[in-house]
Amino acid sequence: MVKFILNGLTAAAAKGATLLETARFYGIDIPTLCHYDGLNPSGACRLCLVEVGTPGRSRLVSSCTYPVGEGLNVRTHSRRVIKTRQVLLELYLATCPSSKTIQDLASKHHVTTVRFRAKHEECILCGLCTRYCADQMQGRAIGLVNRGAERRVAGPFNKKSEECRLCGGCMFICPVCQARCQGPQEKNPLCSACLNLAPACLDRYHEAMCYLDPCVACELEK
Amino acid sequence: MEVLAARLSTPDQLAEYRKQVLLRREKIKFQLSVCGGTGCSGGGSKLIRDRLREYLEQQGLSETVALKFTGCLGLCEQGPLVIVSPGEYFYHRVSESDIPEIIGQTILRGELVERLLYIDPASGERIASAHEIPFLKKQSRILLGDNWRIDPAAIDDYLVLGGYESLVKALVSLSSNAVIEQIKHSRLRGRGGAGFPTGVKWEECRRAAGTDKYIICNADEGDPGAFMDRSLLEGNPHLVLEGLIIGGYAVGAGEGVVFVRSEYPTAVNNIKQAIVMAESLGLLGENILGSGFNFRVRVSVGAGAFVSGETSALIRSVEGFVGEPRQKPPHLAERGLNNKPTVVNNVETLANVPYLIRFGADSYRERGTEKSKGTKIFSLVGKVNNTGLVEVPLGITLRDIIFEIGGGIRGRKKFKAVQTGGPSGGCLPEQLLDLPTDFEELSEAGSMMGSGGMIVMDEETCMVDLARYFLAFLKDESCGNCFSCREGISRLLEMVEQISRGESSLEQLSLLQELAAVVKDASLCGLGQTAPNPVLSAIRYFHEEYLAHIVERRCPAGVCRALVSYSINDQLCTGCGACLKSCPSEAVSGEKKLPHHISTEKCTKCGICLETCRFGAVMKQ
Repeated sequence: MVKFILNGLTAAAAKGATLLETARFYGIDIPTLCHYDGLNPSGACRLCLVEVGTPGRSRLVSSCTYPVGEGLNVRTHSRRVIKTRQVLLELYLATCPSSKTIQDLASKHHVTTVRFRAKHEECILCGLCTRYCADQMQGRAIGLVNRGAERRVAGPFNKKSEECRLCGGCMFICPVCQARCQGPQEKNPLCSACLNLAPACLDRYHEAMCYLDPCVACELEK
Repeated sequence: MEVLAARLSTPDQLAEYRKQVLLRREKIKFQLSVCGGTGCSGGGSKLIRDRLREYLEQQGLSETVALKFTGCLGLCEQGPLVIVSPGEYFYHRVSESDIPEIIGQTILRGELVERLLYIDPASGERIASAHEIPFLKKQSRILLGDNWRIDPAAIDDYLVLGGYESLVKALVSLSSNAVIEQIKHSRLRGRGGAGFPTGVKWEECRRAAGTDKYIICNADEGDPGAFMDRSLLEGNPHLVLEGLIIGGYAVGAGEGVVFVRSEYPTAVNNIKQAIVMAESLGLLGENILGSGFNFRVRVSVGAGAFVSGETSALIRSVEGFVGEPRQKPPHLAERGLNNKPTVVNNVETLANVPYLIRFGADSYRERGTEKSKGTKIFSLVGKVNNTGLVEVPLGITLRDIIFEIGGGIRGRKKFKAVQTGGPSGGCLPEQLLDLPTDFEELSEAGSMMGSGGMIVMDEETCMVDLARYFLAFLKDESCGNCFSCREGISRLLEMVEQISRGESSLEQLSLLQELAAVVKDASLCGLGQTAPNPVLSAIRYFHEEYLAHIVERRCPAGVCRALVSYSINDQLCTGCGACLKSCPSEAVSGEKKLPHHISTEKCTKCGICLETCRFGAVMKQ
């Protein structure tokens, strides 16, 4: 067992365990968007950041990818962590305002205003779908292509891959379209009202991605 | 490539081989070094080399005059360069037609070709010897100094200058621990940017459990305007290779990898050639010089991603995957290439090793500051008179580099800022010019040493535009995994673009700073963690300029297109019609010989009228 300090208390975990697993085991709530038990962690969403190291020389690391270490000093809810998480959530909201998952997370972390320009992206590139496909289905039918601002989810050569078994796991696991808003509400900073009705992924991916049956959009057309 | 001897199996055989090379070269009385660096090649130095070779053959001088096509000689600004020795006469801006004179006068009669000599801009006098040129004289070129004596395609050139002596010394008289002790004692720090002590890095890898270990030379130099590593690999590949072999010996690695970006074809070619030559002489491979040490080196060519310079991303790239950084720990010394203990060193770091072993750590420590020892190569570019590679002892002030060695600002303009450390660094204003080039001092000032890029800017540079340039570069080069880096940099760029269009507000400026702090804090690797440095340092030191853009909607440097306007001064305009004819958008109107006018609606702000007007009547505001 590895002993370390978690929010001022001594904690223990098996060698190789991650900080996120251990903190959750101890009942500490750390928000995540790109983590899913059973999939390899990727550290993409940065919401699970925790502060490690002695104050003054500490740094923020993603707890889902950071292994526990002997004597490590970890703070999961320091002022710096909370502030950073809030700005990131605000940025998530501005980027993808129609996701109920993001809305709920933001609301839970007291993010009520968005100062960044709203963008309405249909994907936050958390990579859950690609990891689901690779880790759980051994499919690799979709992957992350390009880099930087051009990065996106696509099949090889932008075509539907023969590896795809139409399992729908990618749709199921997506935090942006999985728990979509169920209908028009009064317009507020966190809800863009009717914009949510059609799954955003349909515009761009249609055949390549959407195999949910019945699909939300198809239901609406009936 | 030269014909090489059979594999050498003892240090004595290497010494004997060296003697024979010297014997073979006794006939040679003169040496012509033609610079084959990037700048000079662009200026046609390859053609000059070919014509020189033909001319020497015609004159029957091939035996007595050695012709070398060398790596970068430093003063790229004045190329193509040719150095004639003995005498080390430095000829600049040489063209094909100068060849008969160089041979006829300098080689055959020992006279100088006056008009090809470099003119010192300060004194206006012509300088004959390379050593006397202020640009070179004020440097201490322990790594680059031999470039002009070495043809990168000839291992013999490197050997006669004492090359591979350090390797012999390390293999014969030093244990691998003793090599690491020497490196630690010298306080050599990584030259790739972070400045981590090389000896400590090597020791960690040496101590790591496991037998198969790797040492990687990082030549994925991607900072805009930086070409130190490129010049070392192109000009003196054996120096880097020797450092790599010694490093392999010290950490107990059996294989070395040189990771070069594909944009450097000459460097790739030269290091590959060097590996083949070293192998055939027995300086690489099984049982090197009978020491029992086995070491192989291979070259891995990058696929053109800036982020692959980050060590964990580099390893992914060498393994054949997409270059994306991963969380450390586990550190590379535990789990690196193929999950084996690995150490990654920058090209320049490894190039320091042979010197350090040969002359000892104490001698190496004589140069530099308390915490930063040795020399550092900077690529001095931008608005300075002498652009090129500058090798100076660490601790020298920025002012000395820019004004003493660089010869000051071009065109009698005023110095405004210097950007050090590339896209991860910051820009420093005039009041910080006396800052010493030291890892800690530069970081404290909000910039960094980085790999050594140094871009000098004059008063015509807009600091908003500069921040925009670097953010746009990083937006494309981020791997895109971390949301904070991918989306954060895009948003920072968007906000800076708003400022440059005069559409920002003070609230947006403080939001920009808030977001920049989060991008720094929340991102995984060095790229995201340093990405906001250019914009943050620009706001810190050029706050007034940012306020001018935001509050007054004015670009003081006249760069931001949305904030400048062109007009014609009635008094100065002669009505010649030159601007009217040259305007591509028909925005200029007016009768002949009467003052003209610019329509702000039609004007695309291309600035052609300003360049065309001979009377200074076109005004930019």
